[in-house]
Amino acid sequence: MSETRVHFYQVGSFAVGNRLLSADERTVQSDRRRTNSIDSGHRACQGCGEALGARYALDAAMQATGGQLVAVNATGCLEVFSTPFPETSWQIPWLHSLFGNAPAVATGVAAAMRVKGRDQVRVVGQAGDGGTVDIGFGTLSGMFERNDDVLFICYDNEGYMNTGVQRSAATPPAARTATTDAVGPEPGNPFGQGKDLPRIAMAHGIPYVATATVADLHDLERKVERAMSFHGARYLHVFVPCPLGWGAASSETIHLARLAKETGIFPVYEAEYGEVTGVTKIRRPAPVTEYLRLQRRYAHLFGHPGRPDVVARLQAMADANIARYGLLATEEDE
Amino acid sequence: MDRPFAITLDVGTSRANHTGSWRIERPVYVDRLPPCNDACPAGENIQGWLYHAESGDYEAAWRTLVEENPLPAVMGRVCFHPCETACNRVQVDEAVGINAVERFLGDTALERGWSLPAPGPDTGHKVLVVGAGPAGLSAAYHLRRLGHAVRLVDSSPRLGGMLRYGIPAYRLPRAVLDAEIDRIVALGVEVVTQHPVLDIEAEQHACGADAVFLAVGAQLGKRVHIPAGDSTKVVDAVSFLHQVADDDPPLLGRRVVVYGGGDTAMDAARTARRLGATDAVIVYRRNRDKMPAHPEEVEQALGEGVTVRWLSTVERFEGGRLVLERMRLTPDGLPEPTGEYDELDADALVLALGQDTDLSLLEGAGAVTVSNGVVEVGLQMMTTQPGIFAGGDVAPSDRTATVAVGHGKHAARGIDAFLRTETPAGPERHALASFDRLNTWYYADAPRTRRPELELVRRQTNFEEVVHGLTEDNALFEARRCLSCGNCFECDNCFGVCPDNAVIKLGPGERYAFNYDFCKGCGICASECPCGAIEMVPERI
Repeated sequence: MSETRVHFYQVGSFAVGNRLLSADERTVQSDRRRTNSIDSGHRACQGCGEALGARYALDAAMQATGGQLVAVNATGCLEVFSTPFPETSWQIPWLHSLFGNAPAVATGVAAAMRVKGRDQVRVVGQAGDGGTVDIGFGTLSGMFERNDDVLFICYDNEGYMNTGVQRSAATPPAARTATTDAVGPEPGNPFGQGKDLPRIAMAHGIPYVATATVADLHDLERKVERAMSFHGARYLHVFVPCPLGWGAASSETIHLARLAKETGIFPVYEAEYGEVTGVTKIRRPAPVTEYLRLQRRYAHLFGHPGRPDVVARLQAMADANIARYGLLATEEDE
Repeated sequence: MDRPFAITLDVGTSRANHTGSWRIERPVYVDRLPPCNDACPAGENIQGWLYHAESGDYEAAWRTLVEENPLPAVMGRVCFHPCETACNRVQVDEAVGINAVERFLGDTALERGWSLPAPGPDTGHKVLVVGAGPAGLSAAYHLRRLGHAVRLVDSSPRLGGMLRYGIPAYRLPRAVLDAEIDRIVALGVEVVTQHPVLDIEAEQHACGADAVFLAVGAQLGKRVHIPAGDSTKVVDAVSFLHQVADDDPPLLGRRVVVYGGGDTAMDAARTARRLGATDAVIVYRRNRDKMPAHPEEVEQALGEGVTVRWLSTVERFEGGRLVLERMRLTPDGLPEPTGEYDELDADALVLALGQDTDLSLLEGAGAVTVSNGVVEVGLQMMTTQPGIFAGGDVAPSDRTATVAVGHGKHAARGIDAFLRTETPAGPERHALASFDRLNTWYYADAPRTRRPELELVRRQTNFEEVVHGLTEDNALFEARRCLSCGNCFECDNCFGVCPDNAVIKLGPGERYAFNYDFCKGCGICASECPCGAIEMVPERI
């Protein structure tokens, strides 16, 4: 009889923690002593993916640096809901200057620390997708080009949410926003526009670029830890669903992030010095409709008559991602 | 206050902002009834003992198990595990091998000599238990734990009832049965064997018992009239198996035909094979779909070379020749004769057509209602005569050992309430933890571990146990396949996924609490809870 000796726990590698796992196999988030970088009482909407993503990433960075961390924040939801004067939710050193200059400010903080001989203090710059792919794009590209010692994190909720859900260059095609109405022959955001910032970052040849979602905590924390092991410019793009802007139930935030990854709509991978070094495979493949139907920003694609042709184009984009990054699990992976 | 230029307010923490006021629904931790527990006729807390087994604490697991059932090594072998049929994991890959883990725990307990919990403080009451089968043994155990004195009487020389005299040794080794029975007797049960009870009331008065539990089982094999010649051998399966258990097997010859389609028919045919029959043929009047025997038993019998004549009835048996009539099924699934006949050579015919109860001992107890050969009982297993309880095969229910164990437990609790002149508390049941409440994404993929079976050739000729137990590795693996439906197992998901840090982790074994000052009621914790142990409840505004 063959023995199956499997390192197996009910929920070992997917859930936040597990009472049976040894401490070093658990996530930072499962620890009662986690930093809680962004504290209770912040004014993010119910089910905010960005509040969650920021805590995940910064707590992991605090753990990786032994608490020697400064965060610089661009204007955006994250900044607005966490610091309505005179209150602050931040339990780490935190700076805010302008919408477009967070990468430059982060560069400055890193330079100041170096000058003061405090090289052990690490710097994280963070922004939403608007502050990253649109307004802060120039300073970010400069930070990449100079290879400044900053980890820049983009929390991508695919639009300008706190100002009223306007389109950004990270808004996906066909999505309805306040500025891309669901009318006409090409309803919602047009196809063929927008920026794929992780690939743009890779094109700079910086040491580390990675994408992640709030649905896979183990993967996200590992990538933050990996990023902190490099010096120089690093970029982390975290997919964070927005219940308000996407027209989804607040309880579906993590489910949506998981579906974005499982459908191939949001490829999860990492790259070093411009080359992809790892992809997170799809575990339970799903058609894009499963993801789209949960969001009112795509409601115009369904119903009668609906727009099956547009859905097919979105599916084709997901399929192209699957092919480009090799997201489907092969026999060897199992 | 000395503030910087143009600053009029002190800096404060956002904790001053109680976002809990936004909430229209609040998350609440709940415990739901896992489907395995719901389906267990013995009322075991299966999810509860698997929880301990998952961490490798087999003793705690076994102790949780024997809270409800004192015979885990026996039930881990003979139970038809309705728990596994109900298991939610069926819809993910395969059911958790609950029965195999139960057996592993039972065997481990015997190996390491763990003893049952001590009897409760003496109440001064005495209970007469008639019949030492699974129902009687279970009742004796639970009554002792409740502090009542127990007198356990049985007509046979040894305890165990149908576990010993009905179930062949290749399914239940006698050493295992003896060990588990001894452990119950060691709790201070007064045992009287070879003591047939002829009048229940007289017996009760003679021994001064305050209550009686009647569990004499269904010992009479049903007979039908089959015209048979003088030289032919016709026996009933119950007596046949009893004789084999007594080491006094009847000589049936080389060609044995078993008439019937239940588990007893399978046992009889497989036993006949082991006693040297070259042909063991089961004659059954309907088809395989309609067969009452459990599919595993049928599978094992066929695997051992037992053959089946489907859609046939026995017409007569003369001079080594059996005449069978072919049947066909009506659209309602009932067999009807076709008028066509077959012949079959046979040395003996074993009748396995069901069993009847012998309730003549109740003739003196006029107030006990008997209908259709079974005793009417209420919720707490009390008959229509106060103080007399009944369970096992004499009560109306499925006739399995596990049902009997459950009856024994319920009766013991009913008797306890009766003796204390309390109204028995109705069982409190949680809502069912159905599959749609689970978030199965989080569970690791893991197919089921199978128990190794004795190679075919060996098991045709001896009474060695056919199905072997799991190794510790496998048992642990199997236990960890449990989804813990409806009951928190501390995976930290709620603690991790709350965007507002409004979940408080209380530490190992203490689970979690919500901080309603800050919980906005988004519901992520409820939808990401793997086991469905969080419910969203509307706020009263």
